[in-house]
Amino acid sequence: MSIWFSIIIAGLINYLTRLVSVLAINPKKMSERTKKILTYVPSAVFPAIIFPAVFLNQENQLVQLNDPKVIAILISFIIGIITKNLIITILGGLITFWTIIFLI
Amino acid sequence: MYSKSNTFFKGVIDVMPLMIPVVPFGIIFGAIGIELGFGPYLTYATSVIIFSGASQIVILQLFSAGASSLVAITSSSVVSTRHLLYGAVVSQHLNHLSIYWKIGLSYLLTDQAFAVSNEYFKKNNDNIFKHYYLVGSGFTLWFIWQATTIIGIFLGSIVPEELGLTFTIPLTFLALLVNYLRKIDHLIVIILSGISSIVFFDAPFKAYIILSSIIALIGATILIKIKKK
Repeated sequence: MSIWFSIIIAGLINYLTRLVSVLAINPKKMSERTKKILTYVPSAVFPAIIFPAVFLNQENQLVQLNDPKVIAILISFIIGIITKNLIITILGGLITFWTIIFLI
Repeated sequence: MYSKSNTFFKGVIDVMPLMIPVVPFGIIFGAIGIELGFGPYLTYATSVIIFSGASQIVILQLFSAGASSLVAITSSSVVSTRHLLYGAVVSQHLNHLSIYWKIGLSYLLTDQAFAVSNEYFKKNNDNIFKHYYLVGSGFTLWFIWQATTIIGIFLGSIVPEELGLTFTIPLTFLALLVNYLRKIDHLIVIILSGISSIVFFDAPFKAYIILSSIIALIGATILIKIKKK
């Protein structure tokens, strides 16, 4: 029962983190500078999800630079810069990754 | 030319490529829940109640490792704090809506739904039905996440580990940044956040995500100041 209770509490808190800003922030009172800073939110949050998943192994140690994940993410980074296309960037990275782990 | 239904379906379609990691991850999550001994009901309930892959994995892993409820709840909550930033961004586009809309839409404000909706809101600011885009993208993610969790619970690890599909998670998040990669100021913020996340990876309660985000936003603030001069 205690696990169920914990899951519900965690779910409530998780939901509140999504709701609080939407509900409490009045964008009319937001300064232009704050709005400008908020345009960087994706660039500030997503790399913290990307980097550990690519550059750390299961023992939380840095991987080698020739690790398939590192090479594939660099290739998809370059594809992203060139194409600015979300689907091509994902597929390009995935094909590179599979090519390295299965063919090389 | 904007309507509720075409805005909704635009959201559904735009979020489709992001299912590449969501489908295997949902199945893997369902299978992990069973493997860790949480049973089908509890495993599935986390997908409805928490509805956030990262927080769900954290809480189940901590419980199975024998952590206390307090530690498990705190860690999963700290992982979710990034949503506060997403809410602040989208609040600029949802402010005109009623409180009921805000209460409902917030449940759908996941990483992927935020990322695609934010881009859409910026480009289609004049669409009075733009919140339907978040309904379309958010509901699609919700539906696929529920369905794949159930598949994982019943069929187990049917996703071959050799395919390395967990790699599609960082790959998708990189792809969600494609519009920023050519901008030098954004690149600096991206690298700052990435390096911080490696440096602070062992921070207590999985705080590295929010810590790195704050460090990167402070960096962004400084960059804005420099640009002004």
